[in-house]
Amino acid sequence: MGKVVVVTSGKGGVGKTTSTAALGAALAQRNEKVVVVDFDVGLRNLDLIMGAERRVVYDIVNVIQGDAKLPQALIRDKRLDNLFLLPASQTRDKDALTPEGVEQVMADLKRYFDWVICDSPAGIERGATLAMRHADMAVVVTNPEVSSVRDSDRIIGLLDAKTMKAERGERIEKHLLLTRYDANRAERGDMLKVEDVLEILSIPLIGIIPESSDVLRASNIGAPVTLADAKSAPAMAYFDAARRLAGEDLPITIPGEKRGIFGKIFGRKAA
Amino acid sequence: MTKVLTDARSIRIKGRSFLAVVLSPDLPLDQWLVQLDDLAARSAGFFLGRPVVLDVSDLAIDRAQLKALIEDLAQRNVRIMGIEGARPSMMEPGMPPLMKGGRPAADFEVEEKEPQPVSETRNSAPDKPVVQEQRQVTQSIVISEPIRSGQSVIFPEGDVTIIGSVASGAEIIAGGSVHIYGALRGRVMAGSVGNASARIFCRKLEAELIAIDGVYKMAEDMDPALLGKAVQLWLEGDVIMAETLF
Ligand SMILES: Nc1ncnc2c1ncn2[C@@H]1O[C@H](COP(=O)(O)OP(=O)(O)OP(=O)(O)O)[C@@H](O)[C@H]1O
Ligand SMILES: [Mg+2]
Repeated sequence: MGKVVVVTSGKGGVGKTTSTAALGAALAQRNEKVVVVDFDVGLRNLDLIMGAERRVVYDIVNVIQGDAKLPQALIRDKRLDNLFLLPASQTRDKDALTPEGVEQVMADLKRYFDWVICDSPAGIERGATLAMRHADMAVVVTNPEVSSVRDSDRIIGLLDAKTMKAERGERIEKHLLLTRYDANRAERGDMLKVEDVLEILSIPLIGIIPESSDVLRASNIGAPVTLADAKSAPAMAYFDAARRLAGEDLPITIPGEKRGIFGKIFGRKAA
Repeated sequence: MTKVLTDARSIRIKGRSFLAVVLSPDLPLDQWLVQLDDLAARSAGFFLGRPVVLDVSDLAIDRAQLKALIEDLAQRNVRIMGIEGARPSMMEPGMPPLMKGGRPAADFEVEEKEPQPVSETRNSAPDKPVVQEQRQVTQSIVISEPIRSGQSVIFPEGDVTIIGSVASGAEIIAGGSVHIYGALRGRVMAGSVGNASARIFCRKLEAELIAIDGVYKMAEDMDPALLGKAVQLWLEGDVIMAETLF
């Protein structure tokens, strides 16, 4: 049985879709079967970032409504044969996703894939709660600024209350992914410090992704940054984050600072 | 013929208790309303969705003034669920119902002692007669995880202990004292059912609002020297006192 991961944040525009694509492609490069699922019905983006927008025939809503079979809706990546996309519908509204339908799709995907990575819409409404509902683990994407941190805190509360795991009395594994980290602004003190974010959210950190024009460049060519330019700084940070997600224990580095110092303090595991 | 009530399904009537916020205005009322506006302005949504009871027990006002007060509150979106302590002559049809039997949480009548250094009390006078402390059973809950933004913990029955932080946008409402083994960034209301001896303790004070027995303090009213420190807060008369711990 595969693992279901939700990539979520509360706040919009923090890098969920970028991270879903980058982590999905990074895990697929470890020879695991991966599907990335777009839950952002009405505002889908993941197809663009994956470079699959012209190949979308059916989407998750069609599958839920019985107009298409799941395998018909899955799009295989052109570069990696073990990476798939299940797109969202751009024309329907988010009410087209029913809880029963989502449950069935997740159960089916878990049987075929090692990783099912769900790109959540922003907000705390239905779309976001449906995306997290069946997750085993969550990647909470946060930018180092107060509004993003507070929204992430709210989302963590929902993860502990509204997911199937939580309702069964189990704990959902939560990981913090700090994105758009700007070393220059951090030095000037214009951003929250990494340790302050960790102190407020108190969930384990799986990576710090630097702010970088490589991300924009990758999205312009329709490729996850971990496929577009595997040697770029954001790609390397995403590769490490993917390894940590898969359970490896690596020291964490803050972009622009010396290697490894953080590993000792924050590399520990907890949930 | 006697009717036998057999097949008619009986109506289920259940009891349920809610924790109401009690507003006790002081005279002059216009000045009190200014203070209320101040609280509301700095703490949007304070009364939203909460049952509010107006306590007029010690207030020398007549029916017309009470009516005007209820209207003034309604204009501020404070909807009164009931009135406590009003004389029948103050009431008229259309006003929120007169409520009786509001139950404050068990008050402690224990005298505050001056804290003494542990080393002194340790071995001194071992055969001093043991003072039988009068105790009531207080309930308490311990929550061993952080309270996240948007979550509230409401425990009118007694003390609340949080092993973890209370986030900005989270709130704790306790009938008794509140202990936070972490940072307090949200709001805490201790002694919320009329317990002036309740206290608030936290490892790191960065609160948005704290209140004890209805006396409140907003972030900007707090002494900057206390911010970020381990602090305890208590009530002396109508004033919230604070001191750093350790
Ligand atoms: N590390 C980064 N460096 C520079 N730009 C980034 C980085 N991460 C994301 N971005 C940019 O930020 C914008 C928002 O990213 P993305 O679409 O991934 O966010 P999102 O959280 O999915 O947004 P939404 O809430 O709207 O779905 C995009 O333009 C993306 O290119
Ligand atoms: Mg997105």
